[in-house]
Amino acid sequence: MHDLAPITAFGLAEPTVFVTQSCQLTERPDIALASVTARLGVEEACRSVIADLLGADAPDPSVWLASDIYSAFWMGPDQWMFRADFSNVEDITARLKTSFGEMASITEQTDGWVAFDLTGEVEAVLELVCNVDMRTRSAGYASRVSIHHTGCFLLIEASDRARVYAPRASAGSVFHGISQAMSSAATR
Amino acid sequence: MIADHGTNHDTHHRTHGQINRLSGGQIDRNKPLSFAFDGKTFQGYQGDTLASALLANGVRLMGRSFKYHRPRGPLTAGSEEPNAIVALRSGAYREPNTRATTAELFDGLEATSQNRWPSLAFDAMAINDRFSTFLTAGFYYKTFMWPAAFWEKIYEPIIRKAAGLGALTVAADPDIYDKGFRHCDLLVVGAGPSGLMAALTAAEAGFEVIIADEDFRSGGRLNSEQDVIGDQSGADWAASQVAHLSTFPNVRVMSRTTVIGTFDHGIYAAVERITDHLSTSAEGQPRQILWRIYAKHTVLCAGATERPIAFNNNDRPGVMLAGAMRSYANRWGVCAARNAVIFTSNDNGHRTAADLHRQGVTIAAVVDTRADAPCSDEYAVIAGATVTDTRGRLGLNAVQVTDATGHSRWLKAGALGVSGGWNPNVHLTSHQGARPVWSDALNAFVPSPSLPPCMSVAGAAAGILSTHEALHSGVDAACKALEIDPRNLPALPKADDRPVTQSAFWYVKGCERAWLDQQNDVTVKDVKLSHQEGFRAVEHLKRYTTLGMATDQGKTSNMGGLAVMAELTGQPIADVGTTMFRPPYTPTAIGALAGRSRGRDFHPVRLTPSHYWAKERGAVFVEVGNWLRAQWFPIEGETHWRQSVDREVLATRSSVGVCDCTTLGKIDVQGSDAAVFLNKVYCNGFAKLAVGRTRYGLMLREDGIAMDDGTAARLTEDHFVVTTTTANAGKVYQHMEFVRQCLCPDLDVQLISTTESWAQYAIAGPNARALLQKVVDAEFDISNDAFPFMACGSITVCGGLRARLFRISFSGELAFELAVPARYGDAMMRRLMDAGEEFNVTPYGTEALGVMRIEKGHAAGNELNGTTTAQNLGLGRMVSKAKDSIGSKLSERAGLNTEDGLRLVGLRPLNPKDKITAGGHIMNADGPVDAAHDQGYVTSAAYSPTLGNMIGLAFVKSGSDRIGDRMRLVSPLTKTSVDVEVVSPHFVDPEGERQRA
Repeated sequence: MHDLAPITAFGLAEPTVFVTQSCQLTERPDIALASVTARLGVEEACRSVIADLLGADAPDPSVWLASDIYSAFWMGPDQWMFRADFSNVEDITARLKTSFGEMASITEQTDGWVAFDLTGEVEAVLELVCNVDMRTRSAGYASRVSIHHTGCFLLIEASDRARVYAPRASAGSVFHGISQAMSSAATR
Repeated sequence: MIADHGTNHDTHHRTHGQINRLSGGQIDRNKPLSFAFDGKTFQGYQGDTLASALLANGVRLMGRSFKYHRPRGPLTAGSEEPNAIVALRSGAYREPNTRATTAELFDGLEATSQNRWPSLAFDAMAINDRFSTFLTAGFYYKTFMWPAAFWEKIYEPIIRKAAGLGALTVAADPDIYDKGFRHCDLLVVGAGPSGLMAALTAAEAGFEVIIADEDFRSGGRLNSEQDVIGDQSGADWAASQVAHLSTFPNVRVMSRTTVIGTFDHGIYAAVERITDHLSTSAEGQPRQILWRIYAKHTVLCAGATERPIAFNNNDRPGVMLAGAMRSYANRWGVCAARNAVIFTSNDNGHRTAADLHRQGVTIAAVVDTRADAPCSDEYAVIAGATVTDTRGRLGLNAVQVTDATGHSRWLKAGALGVSGGWNPNVHLTSHQGARPVWSDALNAFVPSPSLPPCMSVAGAAAGILSTHEALHSGVDAACKALEIDPRNLPALPKADDRPVTQSAFWYVKGCERAWLDQQNDVTVKDVKLSHQEGFRAVEHLKRYTTLGMATDQGKTSNMGGLAVMAELTGQPIADVGTTMFRPPYTPTAIGALAGRSRGRDFHPVRLTPSHYWAKERGAVFVEVGNWLRAQWFPIEGETHWRQSVDREVLATRSSVGVCDCTTLGKIDVQGSDAAVFLNKVYCNGFAKLAVGRTRYGLMLREDGIAMDDGTAARLTEDHFVVTTTTANAGKVYQHMEFVRQCLCPDLDVQLISTTESWAQYAIAGPNARALLQKVVDAEFDISNDAFPFMACGSITVCGGLRARLFRISFSGELAFELAVPARYGDAMMRRLMDAGEEFNVTPYGTEALGVMRIEKGHAAGNELNGTTTAQNLGLGRMVSKAKDSIGSKLSERAGLNTEDGLRLVGLRPLNPKDKITAGGHIMNADGPVDAAHDQGYVTSAAYSPTLGNMIGLAFVKSGSDRIGDRMRLVSPLTKTSVDVEVVSPHFVDPEGERQRA
């Protein structure tokens, strides 16, 4: 076991949290990510493996799904992002490679992104930071969005809960943008 | 002294000084508000605007005109206001050019008049009015033609001081502005009778509806009229409909929200004023929000704007549009004076007279241009007559009426209501280029049939001027847009359905100083002059006279100007046309357009994994795109950046240095055809690169110009990691995706960026291996034999952490790049520093990195500048002839392969104390210094602590054949001329022995 101590995207040991009267934004460093992209010609076989892992059909565009170990959202044609708990599945890439074999290209994305959970009155916040129509979207919706000029993924988990995956290096800027919107929304 | 302010003292009724406050209105008299205008305190009520409150207090004079500084009061009661333009609030919060007619009154509001000196009542610049003969249309163009030298230093400052509107504070705007996104099935612009019915129809059918209105009270003209809808007053009906709409979860009623622009794909811009009506705002509360509304359908119910009639001195405070006068009386319980004259060309003026009369205002006369004007038992109606002049220095006190026989007489009046009919508010229908069309029936421009996609128009904006028809048109528009079956809808309440007709009466003949555009001081005479001097096209008319410019954009003036020009040219108005309508519909704060993107928030920042460690070390950071990179690490005693950089270079070359190179783009390339794919995108060969090996690669654009360079490391048979330059990371990824998806869709290759996933550190210097051996786990042999130059592999460090190691060198030293998951990057850097203590390990920044790559002769962004080829870079032989790769064919173009083509060389000053400057040009040792004799240019320069003098990289014609030549480095702009020697670009270790050690 190595002896290097991890830090969060904010250079801290503990996750960063921001709270207003109506919302809470929480950094979630306990997440492992890997991209799964089907190899040419074996796309259906790849989808079958995904279905086995998720217990449901591979997510279509704008969809995310969760199972016991993994959740996944559609990122592009024949490409998905898989998530697992970091503490249990830090080796997510190796595990997925075992599952998919030669059917997919697996790339570790754990530290490419930082995850933020936004809870509370999320619609009033999200309408200030990205152009997702929360009124017509429900739990299970996933979309590429731009927050504070930064490409992110937004996953709606419930009407009062959403997750944002932002590029790790831009964590501060995206967090700042969302927290500003939270402060603004709390005054309305 | 502002005692007068055009104050009208002819009254018997006083309410806390509000001498012109009438009964009724939709104000809350239980909530008195105190406010200040030009330092004097007044009282108003909740629900007042600044203009209505000032009028109530007998203040008619609210501003001075743009050019002649003529006294002006409100012409309107809405956002179309040209005259009552004031500055609101104070200090850095002060906002100039704000309309008193829309400024919502709050307790403590501070307003000041503008464009006057020393005071509003006595404005010294009013002298301009006396010289109006010399200040006609085109005055600037004729007068300030010469001498040219006077324009900037003399003419412009004088003109700017003499003319204009309000002044900026020059302080940064302290308010917060947000931007946001909303979506709906139906956007209703305007909450008047048609808008409310459109929204209600859509809401009850279950559609997502947004109804936006610029006013703080929904209802549009219903709030200004005595109309009855069903069994309620129009205002009460509107309030009840809004209350009803607010109960729908699928409806958002956005008051204080002006839709300012129509854009492509059903996108509308709307500014919501959040705190403009409040004396204080909460922490973090935005002043305004600029909404981007995505609407599947839109119904424009923006109403209509009343048009004035021009006559002599029709601009005195107290002269206003008849509809506005009715608004002030019915909505705010206010009159401009207790005795009034109405001048009208249609029935609208009579409505005003009736309402004012009912409120106790004396109607001296209704002057109607029509011979068959309706009569009244309550007041005199002078049919077939016109108003031909007015009197009153700072406010109206008499009106001259001339009847059909030519007989004139003066009527005493403090207020004059003028109505020339109504113009539909077509603006938003035209923001995408459509021109409104002329309606002979209405004598006005109405929306073009070529509306923006999925937009329809209802109510007065469509030229439907009766309330009854407006209600119906709102329902119809919603039904058509959303395919709602109208047969199932409830019957509409009964409303005024009298037909509305209006004539085309624009100005009173024979008048000279008849004001068309009161904001820009444009008269009928100015339009005639414009015609006389050949500026007859409508856009020329606008520029020559300034008709329709500035904050009101001619909402009350354009039609009059067009009508006069039509008459002069003998054309129908339809043929004269209109000027182009452009967003924003009303003046918009720049802050609202900027939103949060200002100052440090202008763009996002990207931090490297070692950022917090570097900050602790006192690093000086530099922006590289959005990245913040450590530029150098000063230590105690260093007072100049060069000291730090020189130390970092020398320490690295003598022992070992560490640099965070995470910012280099990293692209994961996988698939059974990954090697074939890279062979396509790189001009040099990659098909046979062995597993565990890395190769330097050069990418060309399709046109053969060098695009980017980097490395590709083959981790396994079907897995490569490509690195790019920091600047081109996004562009190269985009390019590779294009190739993958569009040019090579039959290849089995998958791409994804991993730039931020891995913290990557360059460890360079003779002791690099020794340092690494202290952190790399023992089972991995990194000796020169086992892990030679350009080797790569997956390893573990510090007892099992997964990592990647690449033996590549940008500095020319024995060097490695070590990558670990980003969350461990901080700890890894600290471990390297601890482990390297015995080697005096030195962190180095981008400056030292740059110096060392110049010493080594490696190309970077300065050399890959979008104009250079592999040949120019001295890498011509890398372009493989044995395969087809992107750009390789076009790199063979004759023009890119001339005998005297530019070649990358090194430069050394003959005098070691001389400077080499990047950007300087290379000339022959003797001969002229001009563009015709240019021999090349310097791309990079640095002081080399290794060599003890400055060095440079340059592109020089036939450079590789001129090694050893003496040339001149010149910069005519800075009068620099330095004798230099052309040398190899590889200043340090040209044989590459160090990096292979």
